[in-house]
Formats: sequence, C-alpha cells, structure tokens
Amino acid sequence: MIAESFKFPEINSILRWRDLFSSFNKIALIAVAAAVIGSLIFILAGRKDASVAPKGVRNLAETSVEFVENGIVMQTMGKEGLGWTPFLLSLFLFIYLCNVPGIIPFLQMPATARMAIPVFLSLLVWVIYMGVGFKHQGIKYLTHTIWPPGVPTALKPLVGVIELISNYFVRPFSLTVRLFANMLAGHILLVTFALLTNSLVTAQTQQFMLKPMAILPFFMLVFLTAFEVLVAFLQAYIFTILTAVYIGGSAHPEH
Amino acid sequence: MEAFAHLVATAADDKATAAASSAGYAYGLAAIGPGIGIGYLVGKSVEAMARQPEAAGMVRTTMFLGIAFTEALALIGFVVFILIGL
Repeated sequence: MIAESFKFPEINSILRWRDLFSSFNKIALIAVAAAVIGSLIFILAGRKDASVAPKGVRNLAETSVEFVENGIVMQTMGKEGLGWTPFLLSLFLFIYLCNVPGIIPFLQMPATARMAIPVFLSLLVWVIYMGVGFKHQGIKYLTHTIWPPGVPTALKPLVGVIELISNYFVRPFSLTVRLFANMLAGHILLVTFALLTNSLVTAQTQQFMLKPMAILPFFMLVFLTAFEVLVAFLQAYIFTILTAVYIGGSAHPEH
Repeated sequence: MEAFAHLVATAADDKATAAASSAGYAYGLAAIGPGIGIGYLVGKSVEAMARQPEAAGMVRTTMFLGIAFTEALALIGFVVFILIGL
C-alpha cells in the first residue's frame, strides 16, 4: 500500500525549482543572495563607529573575522598568512551562505548541491595556490610540487608520479566533490524523510497504527535538519581550511 | 498467458535491477573504510585532547583536516551511487 503511494521523485526534480527566467533559477537566486547578503553585512559593519563598543551587525562581522583569523589562518599559515584573511573570509562566508538555505523553510535547497559553484570555487583556489607557488618560489615551484625537498633519490620516480597527480588533479577534484556530495547527500536525506512522513500521513490504509507511525520519520527529519546546520558550517570551514593549507604549502615548501 | 505478461522480466528490467543493486553495493562498500578510518581518527584525537588539553585547538584543526581527507572516499562512493543508481 505504501510502496505504491511512496514514489521517489527523479533526481532532477528534487534539485530544480522552476526557472525564473530562461537561465536564472533557484540556485542562481541563492548564490546571488549569498553574495549580496555577505557583502551587505560587511558594508553595514564598516560604517559603524569603530571607537564605541560593537553591537548588532558589527558584532557578527567581528566575530567572523576573528574566527577566520584564529581558527583558520593562524592554525595553518601562521602570522605571515594574515594577508589572506580577506580572501578566506569571503570564501568561507559565501560557501556558508550558499549551504544554509538547505535548511531554511521554503528555500530548502543548498546552492552548493549543484556541481557548478563548488567546481568554480575549487578552480579559483587551484589557480590561486599555483600562482602563489610561482610567485614565492619561481620556476622551482614546479620541481618542488613533484619532489618535496628531502626526498631520497631512489624514491623520486614513485613520489614524483604520486605528487604530480595529487597536486594537479586530486586536490581540486576532491575539494569539489567533498563540498558538492556532502550538501547533495544532506539534501536527499531531508527529501527522503519528508516524503516518508508525508506518505505515511496520507496513506490510504485500514491499519490504524500506520498513521501515528509517521512520527518516527518526522523525528528523524527534525534531527537531520539540526545535523545539516552543523554540516553547512563544517563544510564551509573545511573548504576554507584546506584552501589555507594549500596556499600555505605553496608559499613555503618545507612544511 | 497475456495476463501474466507484465511478470516476465525483460532485458531492460534485468539491467535496471542490476544497476539498482550494484549502486547499493557501491555505496555500502565505499562506506566501510572511511567509517573505520574516521572512527579511529576521532578516537585518537579525543585521546590526545584529553591527555593534553592545552593542545586541543591544534589537534582539532588537524582532526578536521584528516576527517576531510578520509571522508572524500565515502563521498566519491556516494557520487558513484548517484551515477549508477538514479
């Protein structure tokens, strides 16, 4: 009975909203909103008087700057990496604001659950850490990426192949897939339990226990929504911290 | 016999069945290794934090890095699951 009424929708239909214009859909709307909201927070915070105690939006901005400085930059790059704070902060904030709509009612769609945004962000990171490497180490960066300093000569062919693949292909690929697949998995889980709750409540059945049992998937849905709050933050944090590690690694080969 | 025509499995059905079950296997197998890995990693990190609470910040950062690398394998399995199954 339930098996008939419970039909999982096509993957495309749970990842799509209706297109607002021919090429502007929900994902684009969320991404634009994330960029605008992120900029607005800091523009508004920058206008406040810096000599009085911070409150409201300035508090939020200062907390996030402090978090990126102490939690990400200082832990991975040390003092000389502090110049990267603005870039890492905007990266973190943009990814976080793209992830969070996954649990906001009526939006219910993380913008990073489509491949486009994670791919673009990790290609950007790839270009930046390559650029930093060439800037700090010159043309020797190429040999340093293939053979990290201190590798014994006998191991050079093996290490060379592994490091080459890892540095040039696996890093951007895994950055992309990590963010994308985490958000997509969370979204599909939420859809599954919401559908299960709905189909149990609306089931055409004689068994009186069946409808109250809808409480079980509903509890799971509530729990998963709370879990997604954590995942949205954690994925933004991990993407940013890996970026910081990669940039720090290209700037100083010995680490 | 016509009444039972819908019960006879066609080649397309066989293919869909194989795809669905192998998608399940793909994700299930991909989840074993990272599951063990993340459990071990976090357990050891908690041990380190309990022994040396002043190093907790550094351990936590490294722990998240390790989780990110370990988890990537499970997530690639999830992507394969979607590619085969849905």
